[in-house]
Order: sequence, then structure tokens, then C-alpha cells
Amino acid sequence: MSAVSETTSLQGCPSALAPPEQSPAIDPTPHVRRANGEERLELAIFGAKCAACISKIEKAMLGLDGIVFARLNLSTGKLALRWREGAVDPREVTETLAGLGYRAAAFDPETLKSDADEEGRQLLRSLGVAGFALANVMLLSVSVWAGAGEMGAGVRALFHLVSALIAVPCALYAAKPFFNSATAALRARSANMDVPISLAVILSLSISIYEFLHGGEHTYFDAALMLLFFLLIGRYLDHRLRLKARTAARDLVALQSISVSRLTENGVLEPVLAREIQIGDRILLSPGDRAPVDGIIEDGLSDVDQSIINGESAPKQVAIGEKLYSGVLNLTSRLVMRAEKIADDSLVAELTRLVEAGEQSKSRYVRLADRAAALYVPIVHSLALLTFVGWLTLSDAGLRVAVVNAVAVLIITCPCALGLAAPAVQVVATGRLFKSGILVKSGDALERLSEVDLFVFDKTGTLTFGDMRLANSEKISGEVLQQAAQLARISRHPIAKGVVASVGPGLVSKDAVEEVNCGVSGIVDGKPARFGRREWVFELSDDTSAHHDPDETPPAAEAWFWREGASPVRFMFHDAPRNDAIETIEKLKAQGFGVELLSGDRREIVQRMAEIVGIKKWSSGLRPTDKTARLENLAADGVKSAMVGDGLNDAPSLAAAHASLSPGTAADASQATADFVYQGDGISPILEAHMVSRKARRRVLENFGFAALYNICAVPLAAFGFVTPLIAALAMSGSSMVVTLNAMRLARK
Amino acid sequence: MSALLFLIPIALLLGGVGLAAFVFALNSGQYEDLDGAAQRVLMDDDLEGDE
Repeated sequence: MSAVSETTSLQGCPSALAPPEQSPAIDPTPHVRRANGEERLELAIFGAKCAACISKIEKAMLGLDGIVFARLNLSTGKLALRWREGAVDPREVTETLAGLGYRAAAFDPETLKSDADEEGRQLLRSLGVAGFALANVMLLSVSVWAGAGEMGAGVRALFHLVSALIAVPCALYAAKPFFNSATAALRARSANMDVPISLAVILSLSISIYEFLHGGEHTYFDAALMLLFFLLIGRYLDHRLRLKARTAARDLVALQSISVSRLTENGVLEPVLAREIQIGDRILLSPGDRAPVDGIIEDGLSDVDQSIINGESAPKQVAIGEKLYSGVLNLTSRLVMRAEKIADDSLVAELTRLVEAGEQSKSRYVRLADRAAALYVPIVHSLALLTFVGWLTLSDAGLRVAVVNAVAVLIITCPCALGLAAPAVQVVATGRLFKSGILVKSGDALERLSEVDLFVFDKTGTLTFGDMRLANSEKISGEVLQQAAQLARISRHPIAKGVVASVGPGLVSKDAVEEVNCGVSGIVDGKPARFGRREWVFELSDDTSAHHDPDETPPAAEAWFWREGASPVRFMFHDAPRNDAIETIEKLKAQGFGVELLSGDRREIVQRMAEIVGIKKWSSGLRPTDKTARLENLAADGVKSAMVGDGLNDAPSLAAAHASLSPGTAADASQATADFVYQGDGISPILEAHMVSRKARRRVLENFGFAALYNICAVPLAAFGFVTPLIAALAMSGSSMVVTLNAMRLARK
Repeated sequence: MSALLFLIPIALLLGGVGLAAFVFALNSGQYEDLDGAAQRVLMDDDLEGDE
């Protein structure tokens, strides 16, 4: 997947890096929306990271004639543009951005509607209201507690009245997120954590009002608000994590909706969206374009990268009449294809459906916190009921005391610590992994990764670098290598890049010309030379003595170099394993994990790679559906597997696995699907991701343990009527702080 | 004790002002791009334009 990889890299911002990787500019015309004589466009920008990026992009945009508004949101990576109708050619916008080194993707206007983060704002508003009310009510409550004995009943009643006036409306407003979720759960005839929370809030408010009306000493207005305040913090942290994951996924989906160049009957090119293509349409594919639908080549001859289908990294030549699957990347020269299927029936769409199916099965995963809640809710509610019945039957204190004590049990056991336990740990763990270059998509991804017992790897681009590297450099003289590199440096073909990578920077042959689909010819050190396809190189050489060594394992790809007066030299290429692949796999095995290799590539290549990295269990020639089938079989046997893969053909298996990881160089859809995306040249981040998720799990369980311990101490106190509002407040804030501090320990290495 | 009659309203008023400011900031989109805001203070190209 090398050709995609270079453009998706998230490392470093282009403003700090000299010459940017060329990336084909997309045509966002179909995504422009018109309103009130203005045109608007929103683009996702990849790679913008600092103040220099902001000012560079915004200045360049405002520099385009006609643009009246340009603002880049660095948190979401969205660039909003406005211009007078017809004043700007949208293509110019993306070309300018590509010139600056930033890749842009346009959003489908339909997906934009859900863009505003209304839920997050509602949570923040609730948090603000709860905080305001809590501060003021505390002021009054502390006075009441401190003035016990000295404060007259009248003043106390006044304070309770003011507290009630603040607390009741504010608490009812701030608790809306919990009420909504609780009613939804009850309607579905189940109970989640929000049911006891809502119940505790409502009961503590009502009992406080009752107490106040009857001149009682204790009210729990502050307890209700404190509960809401802490829980809203946890809820907001959780929401932020999910939102980040969702945005990342949507940006990557936007990348896939790149527009397509359709050739009309009179030879005019028009940009359309992939889903508007009809069967029989003629589509122009320039080098760097992906086929948007399945079709047949009508004109042209070119090398294509088919790794999306079979994971094979070597480029393949295709000619007129051959079939092209959607997602195949055109590498060298322009092709004209005729659509045979519409986008919805094409291979990529099928892969997308497989991904969705996998994600649905993943959403059935029950988070630790919810599992704890399922255990916790019935216990607490029966304890409260028991308290109520106990006081009513065993003591003559009366109904009022029984109700107050039952409610006290509910309030004091309310899952303050439980609500914070998981989100706080997950935020800290995510932050720590982010510093090491590992992006975590969701909180439960951490939980799932900590449970796996088998790591399944893809080959191309995951265990290997995914590009063509020179395999027989030791057999080629340094002089020949340098000469070949002089030609190879002018080409962007994967094989040419493989030569340049092994030789490094140096001279470029001045009159080198790239002949499409053949290779590069030019004058090297005073003599004509050619580097490229065998037949083409041998046209000029009358030397036929060059031979294949029968003992050699067939390389993934080959090229020949010939210079006048010498016999042609064979260059062999293969896909080299990543530097730390062997070591990482060894460590995984040492830790007792199973390791398996699933690849779509040819048998002998997969076998060789499996031997090199030390994986005993491997399969080759697998289609995307075979990979998911294997994972599902494993899951049926009770084996929880983590899939590591990068190709688009891995996306369905990434979705189907219990947890999934993807390198930052992976195909967009795979990055969108994977739970973790790691940066860097190696696969060792897998070890760290797993280690941190294991630690995070331990912290979450510790926190739950602490919450349980706290309840064991607090419940008897509450049940026997010893809990005053002061004790409730101390216990609740104390337990919340212990849980948060325990989570913070994870930030230390 | 009569001090309470104006101290409590003052406390509430101050808290209310804080809350109103927060809601205003939220609704005017100031929480939309926290990373961008942190970076934008470093941009000094507005100075060059004035001189």
C-alpha cells in the first residue's frame, strides 16, 4: 500500500518539512453548497499541526481571488471556506493546498448535518450549571454544618429555602443527560448506570424538600449536585474520546468520496462523485488515481497496484480488455476504463459492507463499566429496600426515618466513583499512548486489546515495509548500482524508488527520459543506458548471455539495467520485513500470545516471510472474506484475536477482530476501521499499546475494587442512620478523588 | 444576620455572571477549536501589517 501511504502520513506538518510529497489534488466541485449568492465548501485538511500551518493555509486561501472567508479549525482539521457564487474554481483551492503540501478531502454534504457536536455542548452546559449551583449551595450547606448548635432554626430554614431554590431547577436541568439515557434504558426493559443515578438525584431532591418543609435538620441538596458534577465530568471525558474517534473515522470516509473524471461522449472531462457513475460510463484514470468502480480497460497500458485485492505489493501491468477492480491504484500512465458496475456493487462497496458487519458485532461488546453496573444496580437497590423494610419493622422510628435512611443508602452508594473509574483511566491511558505516537479510537478499544490472546498479522505493509526494496544489492557492483540510480531517480515507479532508497541521493542522468510502461533510458557516464522491463532493455543489448539463476527464489519483481558495452544486470526486488518485526514477534511469543500470518500474497512469498519473522502458522492467497472467516472461526472457538493490518483488503478483518491495530501508513479505510493507529517505521508500538491497555484494565479494576470497598464501609453507616449530609459529601468527593488519582498513576512510565 | 439579605443575592449574582459568561463562550463557539486557539496566539503576522 505504499502509494497511499506516503500521502496519509500524520507525522510532522508540511510547514516544517521541505518539499512536500506530491499528492493528486482532488476536485471538490460536487461538494460545494450554494446559499444566498455564496458558495461554501468544507474540507478536511490532513497534516496541519501548528500556528504556521494555520496562517499559511488561511493566507493562501484568502490570497485566492474571490474568497471572503477562510478559517481552519485545528482541533477537527476542518477548513471552512466561503466565496461569492462563481468567483472561485473549487479545483484551484485543492491545488493550492496540495502545492503547500497539505492533503485535502471534501465532505459529502449529507454527512455534514450531523457535524455540530450538540451532545458535547449539552454536557458542558449541564456541567456549567451543576458547577454554579454546587458552589452556591455548598456555601450555604457549609454554613449550616459549621453553625450547628448556634444557628437558629429560622436562619437554617432560610438557608435550606435558598438552597432548594437553586438546587432543584439546576439539578433537574443538569441531570437531563442521565434522565434521557435512563428512560431510554427502562423503555428497552434494561437498567444501565444512569438508572440508579437518576433515582438518587430525584430521591435526594424530594427527601430534601420533604425535610425542609417539615423543619428537618438535614437536607441533601449539595449531595445531589455534587453527584451530578462529578458524573458529568466523567461523562464529558468519555464523550470527548468517542467524538475524536468518530471525527477521525469520518474524515477518512470523506477521503474515499473523492470525485472521478468522467469522459462525456464529445470527449469532455467532467468531475462527478463515484456514486453517480452509471454502467457504461467512460472514466479517465490518471497516474495516482484509484478506479472508482469495477470495469474494463478500454484504452491505455499501465502498471497498477492491486494490493487492495490480494495484498501483493509488486506492481502489475494491465492492458486493454483487462478487468480493473475498484480501489486498484493506477501507477504509471493514463487509462480509460468503462464502468461495468455502479459504485454500490463494486468491490470497495462490498468491502465497506463487510466492515460495517464487523463493526456491528464489535458494538455488542459490553464495556467493563456496564458489566459492573449490571452487577451493582440490583445489589444496591435491594440494600436500600432492605434498609427501608428493616427500619419499618424492627424499629419504632416511623416511616419518615425509614425513608430517609433508605434514600441515604441510595445516595451514598451512588456510582460516583464507578462513573469516573473507567473514563478517567481511559483518558490518561489514551494521552500516554498518544505521546508515543499511538492513536486510540475509543475507550473500550483499550479494554478489548487487553483481553486478546492471539495476534494476527497481515504481511504486506504490516510485517513488511510494503514497498519494493532491492534484494540482491550485494551481487551488484557499486558502480552499476550508482549508474542505475542515475536513471531511476527521475521516476516515481515503485521499483525505481526501491533502487534510489538503497543507493541514496546522488547524480541524475541529464537526458534521462521515462518511457511509459518500459523504464528509463538516458546517457550514463557517457554511454547510452536503459533501466526497466526485461524485454525493453534486451531490445538494445545483443548480449543474450544474461541468465536466471535457477536456484534463486523468484523475486516479487525484477528490473534490468544495461549500459552500452556491458551485459545486462538483473535487479531483484522484494518486500523487506520491518526492522523490529522479528524481535517484536519473538516478544509476543515470549509473553505467551499466539501469532498468525494471514496474507493474500503468493504462497512461496508468504512462506519465506513467515520463516524470516518466525511465524509458524500462516496462510496465503486469502481473499478479504477468507480472512474474516478465519477470524470468525477463531472467535467461535473462544479465541480473542487482535488483527494487525494495513491494506484496504484487511479492513473487513480489522472490523471483525476483537481488537485491531493499523500502521499510520495504512489505507484510509483501514485506519478508519482499526481501534489503534500507530506511527513509526516498526511494529513494536503494538507491544506498548498492549502493555498500556493491560495496565489501564488493571487500574479500572482497582478503581472498581475501591468503589466496592468504599461501599462496604459506607452502606452499613447509611443503613443504620449514621450518615449526615456532611459525611455523604466527604465520602463522595473523597472516593472520586481517590479514583482519579489512581488513574493518574498510569501517566507515569 | 441582616447582612445575609444582601450577601446571598451578591453571591448568587456573581455565580450567575460566571455561568452566563461560560454559556456565552460556549454558544459563540469558543470551545470549538481549543488547539487552534492555543496556536493562534503565536501568530504575529498582524503586527507586520500595521507597521
